[in-house]
Amino acid sequence: MSNDPILVQGGNLALRRDYGDHAADALRDLRRSGGAVDFEVEHHHDVASTIQLGFWIYLMSDCLLFSGLFATYALLNSHTAGGPAGSQLFDLPNVLIETMFLLFSSFTCGLATLAMNADRRNATVGWLAVTFLLGLGFISMEVSEFAHLVAIGAGPDRSAFLSSFFTLVATHGLHVTCGLIFMAVMMVAVLKKGLTPTNRARVVNLSLFWHFLDIIWVGVFSLVYLFGVAH
Amino acid sequence: MFGKLTLSAIPYTNPIIMGAVAFMLICALVILGAITYLGKWKYLWTEWLTSVDHKKIGIMYLVLASIMLLRGFADAIMMRVQQALAYGSNMGYLPPGHFDQVFSAHGTIMIFFMAMPFIIGLMNCILPLQLGARDVAFPLMNNLSFWLTAAGAVLVNLSLAVGNFSHAGWLGFAPLSELHYSPGVGVDYWIWALQISGIGTTLTGVNFIATILKMRAPGMTLMRMPIFAWTSLCTNILIVAAFPLLTVTLGLLTMDRYLGMHFFTNSLGGDPMMYINLIWIWGHPEVYILMLPLFGVYSEVVPTFSGKRLFGYTSMVYATMAIALLSLIVWLHHFFTMGNGANVNTFFGITTMIIAVPTGVKIFNWLLTMYRGRVRFEAPMLWTIGFLITFTIGGMSGVLLAEPPADFVLHNSLFLVAHFHNVIIGGVVFGVFAGISYWAPKIFGFRLNERLGRAAFWCWFIGFYVAFMPLYALGLMGATRRMDHYDVAAWHPLFIVAAVGAAIIFAGVILQVAQVVVSIRQREQTRDLTGDPWNGRTLEWSIPSPAPAYNFARIPVVRERDAFWDMKQRGVDLKSSTFVPIHMPRNKAAGFIVAGFAFVVAFAMIWHIWWMAIVGLAGVIGTLIRHAFDDDRDYHFGADEVRRVEGLHGRVQARSV
Repeated sequence: MSNDPILVQGGNLALRRDYGDHAADALRDLRRSGGAVDFEVEHHHDVASTIQLGFWIYLMSDCLLFSGLFATYALLNSHTAGGPAGSQLFDLPNVLIETMFLLFSSFTCGLATLAMNADRRNATVGWLAVTFLLGLGFISMEVSEFAHLVAIGAGPDRSAFLSSFFTLVATHGLHVTCGLIFMAVMMVAVLKKGLTPTNRARVVNLSLFWHFLDIIWVGVFSLVYLFGVAH
Repeated sequence: MFGKLTLSAIPYTNPIIMGAVAFMLICALVILGAITYLGKWKYLWTEWLTSVDHKKIGIMYLVLASIMLLRGFADAIMMRVQQALAYGSNMGYLPPGHFDQVFSAHGTIMIFFMAMPFIIGLMNCILPLQLGARDVAFPLMNNLSFWLTAAGAVLVNLSLAVGNFSHAGWLGFAPLSELHYSPGVGVDYWIWALQISGIGTTLTGVNFIATILKMRAPGMTLMRMPIFAWTSLCTNILIVAAFPLLTVTLGLLTMDRYLGMHFFTNSLGGDPMMYINLIWIWGHPEVYILMLPLFGVYSEVVPTFSGKRLFGYTSMVYATMAIALLSLIVWLHHFFTMGNGANVNTFFGITTMIIAVPTGVKIFNWLLTMYRGRVRFEAPMLWTIGFLITFTIGGMSGVLLAEPPADFVLHNSLFLVAHFHNVIIGGVVFGVFAGISYWAPKIFGFRLNERLGRAAFWCWFIGFYVAFMPLYALGLMGATRRMDHYDVAAWHPLFIVAAVGAAIIFAGVILQVAQVVVSIRQREQTRDLTGDPWNGRTLEWSIPSPAPAYNFARIPVVRERDAFWDMKQRGVDLKSSTFVPIHMPRNKAAGFIVAGFAFVVAFAMIWHIWWMAIVGLAGVIGTLIRHAFDDDRDYHFGADEVRRVEGLHGRVQARSV
C-alpha cells in the first residue's frame, strides 16, 4: 500500500492517516461538523458481508424456484389419472429414516461451523465428512425409493401426480447432490489451505445452503409424504 | 453417436433460410477475418472476452443487443411483408410453418436477446458509476451472466442453420409446445436458449441487488440514490423474484418433452392451463423488468435537459416500488378468457388498472420537471418526449384491455399486438435509445452524431404510428394475431399501411447504423474532454469520459440527491493531488468457459446427444471447481498509474502541501 498519509479530502481539509485508531471517529466528526469531507481517498467495502448478502439473495431465488414446484404439486397431486395415489405408494417409516439422515446432517454441519469458529481445522473437516456421509445416505435412500416406484410401474410418466412428485423431490435431491459436491470441494480446500478467510466465508455459505435444503425438505416431508399418507 | 442430428437438419432446400444463413456466415467471416488480419485476437481475449470490468461487459451487452435488434427487426419486416401480400388468392411468400417460426423468433429475440441485454447493458455501464462504486459486487459472475446470455442468443441464431426454431410463439404455450404437437427440435432450441440465458439473468439480479445495497459511496443513503439506481433495484428484485418461475416452467416442459411426464399434456392428468399461469407469473413481472430501468433513464434525462432537479423524487421512488409490487399480482389479465369466473377476473382487472395510477404519477413528475425548465431538445430529450406521448397512448389502450368484458372481444387480436408494441417500442425501445444517446459520451468517450440521431428519431416516431395504429383498427375489425393469410378485403389496405410504417422504421434503423459509423469516424470532433458534456447531475458525470478502469480515483462523499450537481454548486475541486493504489479484480476466463460448456450441454440436449451433454456438464462443474482453487484473483492498480491516467484527463493538481 502507499505511504501517502491522507485518507480523506474536502475543501482545505485533509484527514491524515496518522490520526491512527481515531481516524474513524475523526472522520465522523468531520462529517457532522457540516460535512467538510468531499472525497475518501482510501475506501474499503466489506467484501465478506457483500458475498454473504449475495448468497442470501440467491437462496431466496432458489426458495421461489421451490415455491413453483410446491404449487405445481399442490395442484396436481389429485391428478392421479387412474394410477396409484400417494397413500398407496409412500413408505412413511422409510421416509422418516431418510428425514432423520438429513436433520442430523444439518446438526453435524452446525458442529462443523462451530469447530471452524474455534479454529479447529481437523474437527471442521471431520464434521463436514460426517455431514457428507449422512447426506450421501439420504440421497441413496431417495434413489432406491425412486427405483422401487419405477419398478412397480409408478414412474414419473404414469400420471401428472407422479410427474410433480418426482420432479419436486428430485429437484431437492439434485440440490443435495450439488451440496455434496460443494462439501467435498470445501473439505479438500480446508485441508489444503487451512481456515483462510475465503474458506471460512465459503463454509458459512455451504452451511447456509445445507440448512436451507433442510427447511425445504421439512416442507416436502409434511406436504408430500404426511399429507399424502393422510389422504 | 449424434442423436437426432444428421446432415438433413440443415434446410439447404429453403432459399430464404439459406440466404439468411449465408448472410450471417459472411458477416461472421468478415468480422473474424478482420480480427485475424489486424492481429487482435489476444487483445480481444484478454481485454474484452474475459473482462470483469462492468463497463466493458456493459458494452458487450449493448453490442449483443444491437445485433439481435437487427435480427429481430428482419423478422418483423418479413411478417409485415407477408401480411401485406397474403390476401385472397395470394398466399404470400412464407409458408405457414415458416411464418410461425418467424413470429416466434421475433418475440423471443426482441424480449430476451434485444430488450434484456439492452437494459442490463445500460445498468452495467452506468449503475456503478452513479453509485460511486469501483465495480459491481461480483465482477466475474457478471462476466458469466453475459456469456450465458450470449450463448442463448447464439443458440437462437444457430437454429436457423441447423434444424429449425420453435413455431409455438414466444412463450411456447402448452400443449402446442408439447412433444405430441411439436415433435421437432424447434421448441427444444427455444427452451434451452431461454433456460441458459435466464440463469444468466438471475445471476445478474443477485449481482446488482448486492451492488446497490452494499457498494454505494459514503453518504449515499437509499433516498439519495439517482432514480435510475432505484428503478434498477426494483427491476433486479423482480428478476430474482420472477426468473426462478421461468426456470421452473421451462424445466417442467423439459420433463414433459424429454422424460414423458404429464405436467401440461392433455392426457394422464396434465393441466395445460397451469403452463399459461406459470409462464405469465414470470411473464408479467418481466414486462416491468424491461420497463422500470427505462423509467429510470427518463428520470435522468428529463432533469438534465431541463436544467432542473427532478420533480417529486420521493413520489417517483414510491411509484416505482408500487409498480414493482403490483406487477406480481396482475398476470391473469393475459388470459381472462381462461374461464376463471367473474370474481377472479375482476380482481386481476382491478389490480391491472391500479398500475395506471403510479405510472400516471411518473408521467406527471416528468412533465412538471420540464415545466418552466430550460428544456434542450437534443436527441435524448426527443426520445423522451416521444416516449411520453407514445407510452401514454399505449397505457390507455392497456387500461382498455384490462376490462375483462372488453378483453373477451380483443383477446388475441391485433389490438393487443398494437397495445404491447405501443408500450414496448414507445417505452422500452425509445428509452434504450434515449439512454444510449445520453450516456454515449460516458460509455465511449464521444457523443453520437446529433443530426443522424434526430433523423432516426423522427423515422422511428412517425414510423411507429404508421405501423401500429392500423393494427388497433384491424384488431377492432376482428383481425387476429399470427395470421399468415386472410380473406377480408377491408383489412388489406390497413396491412399495406402497416408495412409502409415498418419501412419508415427501417429507414430509422439504417440511419442509426449510419449514426454509429459516422460517430466513430468523427469521434475526434465530438470527444468529451470535460467528463460532463450535458451539465449533468449525478456522479457518473463527475469522472472523466470514458470512465477509467477504476472509475473513481477518490470515492466521493455524498451529501445530497444529485450529488454531482451539489458538488458543482459548492465548487468542489475535481483535481486531486493524492493518489493511492486501487484494488482491482483480475480478468478471468472462467465465465467464458463455463458458458461455453453450458452451450455444449444445451446443444447436446436439443439434439439428444447424451454423451456430449454429460461432457458439457462435467466441464461446467470442473471449471467451477478449478476456479474455486484459483487464488490469483486481484491486483493493485498502482498509485503512479492512477496519477498518469488522471493526468491525461487534467485531473491532477500539483502537490500543495
